[in-house]
Amino acid sequence: MSDNWKRHENFRTPLKRAVGLGSAKDGTGHFIWQRITAIVLVLLGAYLIGLLLSLGGASYELARAIVGDTVNATILVAFLIAMFWHAKLGLQVVIEDYVHTPALAGVAHVANIFVCALAAIASVLAVIRISLGA
Amino acid sequence: MAAPDHPALKPRVRERPLSPHLQVYRWQVQMVTSILHRATGVALVVGALAMVYALVALAAGPERWETFTACAGSVLGKIILFGFSWALAYHLLNGIRHLLQDAGHGFAIRDFVRNSWISIIGSVVLVAVAWVIVLMQWGQS
Repeated sequence: MSDNWKRHENFRTPLKRAVGLGSAKDGTGHFIWQRITAIVLVLLGAYLIGLLLSLGGASYELARAIVGDTVNATILVAFLIAMFWHAKLGLQVVIEDYVHTPALAGVAHVANIFVCALAAIASVLAVIRISLGA
Repeated sequence: MAAPDHPALKPRVRERPLSPHLQVYRWQVQMVTSILHRATGVALVVGALAMVYALVALAAGPERWETFTACAGSVLGKIILFGFSWALAYHLLNGIRHLLQDAGHGFAIRDFVRNSWISIIGSVVLVAVAWVIVLMQWGQS
């Protein structure tokens, strides 16, 4: 915060400073996307769990053939994107609830976005490589 | 003379929300389901990263895949996989419960307690069924 230096002469409570400013304007979007990704994960997750249970002990060739199948690869990519989006939204709330040091919270939020985005990109790229036989 | 506790004599204080004091609550199943949903959610992020490792290993070639299956097939790997499978089953069932609640269902206290137990017991049943299927297939192959 830019007015940290005058904190000693400021007896107003955080509530007093926040009242009247309105909402942060993006809570509804967070709520809706968390639910949309949840529905996607339930539907596609059920398909993928069924696929995983039908696999048995997967040899390398069999695992590649199943992941690389056009339909399975499409569903897997959709699932991975929804999963890491959902994870980012969920971890964001956990950080907001438990990390109270502004600087640490900022770092945690950025790290959350970086890790979830990188994980999504790496896993989607892996599925594409398998699907295209690279 | 006005009574000492007359409203006009009280300082005007804005009613503020108080954070709950956990130690005064008796444990209830609804608290357990709520806490577990968040805990399993965080655990599943780690599980998701393990899934990324599996896919990247599968894309990288037979040797990397061997390394992954050796890790996942070790005793520690199996214990962690079992933990992830329960976390997934619980988060899935309780997530469906949350979606139904978002649609306005199951808010009566009796229903709320009952569907909390359905999430917990159902997740254990779901994991048991999944691992019986997996172990049967390992027996065949």
